[in-house]
Amino acid sequence: MSASFGFNAADLIRFLPETILTVMGTLLMVLDPILHRRGSHAFGHLSIAALVAAIGGAVYAYTQAGPAFGGMLMVDGFATFFRVLVLVVGILTILPSYRFLARQDAETSEYHALLIFSIAGQCLMAAANDLIIVFIGLEISSIASYVLAGYFRDDKRSNEAALKYFLLGSFATAFFLYGVALIYGATGSVNLTAARAVISGQGPGGPAPAPVFIGVAAALMFVGLGFKVSAAPFQIWAPDVYQGAPTPVAAFLSAGPKAATFAVFLRIFMTMFEPIGSGWEPLVWFSALLSMTIGNFAALMQTNIKRMLAYSSIAHAGYVLVALTARSQVGTAAAMFYLAAYALMNIGAFAAVSHLSGRGERYQNIEDFSGLGQKQPLTAAMLSIFLLSLIGVPLTGGFFGKFYIFKAALESHLVWLTVLGLLNSAVAAYYYLRMLVMMYMHEPGEAVENAEPLSLGLRAALILPALGTLLLGIFPTWVLEFAGKSAALVK
Amino acid sequence: MHPITTFHYLALSAALLLIGTVGVLTRRNVVIILMSIELILNAVNINLIAFSHALHNVNGQIFAIFVITDAVAEAAVGLGILIALFRNKETVQADEMDLLKW
Amino acid sequence: MLTDINTILFYVFAALVLGGGILTVTRRNAVHSAISLIVSLLGVAGLYLLQQAEFLFAVQIVLYVGGIMLLFLFVIMLVNLDLAAHQRQFNKQWLVALAAVAAVGAGVGYFLYRGKDAFHFAEGGAGLPPGLGNTEAIADSLFSEYLLPFEIASVLLLVAVVGSVVMAKKRI
Repeated sequence: MSASFGFNAADLIRFLPETILTVMGTLLMVLDPILHRRGSHAFGHLSIAALVAAIGGAVYAYTQAGPAFGGMLMVDGFATFFRVLVLVVGILTILPSYRFLARQDAETSEYHALLIFSIAGQCLMAAANDLIIVFIGLEISSIASYVLAGYFRDDKRSNEAALKYFLLGSFATAFFLYGVALIYGATGSVNLTAARAVISGQGPGGPAPAPVFIGVAAALMFVGLGFKVSAAPFQIWAPDVYQGAPTPVAAFLSAGPKAATFAVFLRIFMTMFEPIGSGWEPLVWFSALLSMTIGNFAALMQTNIKRMLAYSSIAHAGYVLVALTARSQVGTAAAMFYLAAYALMNIGAFAAVSHLSGRGERYQNIEDFSGLGQKQPLTAAMLSIFLLSLIGVPLTGGFFGKFYIFKAALESHLVWLTVLGLLNSAVAAYYYLRMLVMMYMHEPGEAVENAEPLSLGLRAALILPALGTLLLGIFPTWVLEFAGKSAALVK
Repeated sequence: MHPITTFHYLALSAALLLIGTVGVLTRRNVVIILMSIELILNAVNINLIAFSHALHNVNGQIFAIFVITDAVAEAAVGLGILIALFRNKETVQADEMDLLKW
Repeated sequence: MLTDINTILFYVFAALVLGGGILTVTRRNAVHSAISLIVSLLGVAGLYLLQQAEFLFAVQIVLYVGGIMLLFLFVIMLVNLDLAAHQRQFNKQWLVALAAVAAVGAGVGYFLYRGKDAFHFAEGGAGLPPGLGNTEAIADSLFSEYLLPFEIASVLLLVAVVGSVVMAKKRI
């Protein structure tokens, strides 16, 4: 055992996005004494610059695709897809934050630094090929998210959201770790590639370990990851946390960590646990159905818009799980496409909510959107695009997302799940359409009358994801081809 | 006397996991819920060390170091969140946090 | 003879771990819970020693017992828990939770028991290659193979530091 420091220049290039983000996150806090003025936008500008640079870094890293740091990271198309996705989510979180934080007098470098660190953790998760990296990335992302959820320390709702998120999140992490420990025991490794070799019986240690044992590990890891993506029956925290967290943070939580955790989910279950696929399929099948049903039916009954979007995000996690249940390359590609479309439309919808919520986040009810179409046609139009896409109307990204997922499910002969999923989508249309009716068919209420004009940041935060949603709906093949190419996770 | 095998450690760790889970799910006091999570993390570490011993490699011990690192980070942040909450609400009982419906 | 001592020690430490754990989740007073947790953590440290993980034994005592538990005790002092000690200790769903845990426990126990043959390695081995202390072996591995996780763990700790300051400080 000689102490050789096992990395070279190519490894560092493949690690570029994370490097850029951590350096900038640290820099933000160091520059705080110089830049901190009331109403200063410097932190936001610097964060966006870092995120754009990191997108560049991720793309550049892809030109040098391959494993890094002795197989700890796997920079492939899949990793790059999710890295870029979470970085875009980061930009779309910061854009509405400008006005939102200024309104509450809460602009600090810490907010932006924590956001940047959280995204760095998610980039790591996207590229992780070793459970130790998955774990550390997950924790960086989660711990930063707990604090962001409780960022308004003087607001009891925000405190409560942070505490609930923290308690259930760390509980979930502990379960995930227990699963990892069992994997280590059964295979002697926590590297996904090496563990897969052992599980499929091609490892150096002889025959494959008993499948029941791997099964327990898979179930424990499923519980841990299921909590993080708010899949039923582990969805209990999501509505409370989304409601209590500052709105841009809620937007971020519903898109960034979710996409990154699904990346990990797909990578773990489609590589390491792929040989025992028929064992975990019923588990995921059940969870997918339960998520869709609970999410959609509970969303019907909500009066608070943030809670409604939370339940809708639970339902959307269910759709992605349908794609995972398909256990095929087509399914993985469909999940990737869907997560991209979902992130854009959801974060856009939350941006509209954050615009309208007012000082102290007073206006959060669905009725507060009444008459928005008359007073602020642009906001209403953009929100309509997001809602239509969430329903899955043609010409939007949401339509093709659902289409590909159910197509993949049918190809894997999951007829019942497809039928029940489609019925669920029909139920979901009701509560999204109710919002549309509220915006266009009702007289303006207090919230809309008091709404301020759209700031530049918010305008961008609404128009960019709307364009993205339409782009995915009209030219889906651009993204889908890339996803299809990258979905072959087993190499 | 019978020798202690890896399976003994596994059983001990599973028991500790269950005790911790009971604590998380039944206690009202947030500080004690946090301690129960620490118990679960220790159950994980017992497993890792036992496997590391049995497999003759140190990877498990290294993973355990990272688990402890994470326990530190979680404890610090969790207790910070608790202090922020206590300042506003003067309670540490998990089910009295009901501004947002559970 | 050595096996006998190991066996006895294992049961002593296991009793500490489980006894401390049970007391932790059942005590009314949070300080008593914390003390029980320390007992449990010391028992875990003893198990590390039995498994020839000397480095982790030291880490467990210095960091866990010395560091994390101190943090807990500080917070227990900062936050007034007198009121909580006189209130109901268990939430309303405790019976449901207990039943669920018992069911899961039975399931996991059954599967572990059935899966125990999955470990087809030599039991009671020397643990590590001869001529190399535990700490050296860990250092060797940590600073070569595990360099990347080691480095990014610093980001994790930085996030925790910033996060706890943001949460606990009165005014930023």
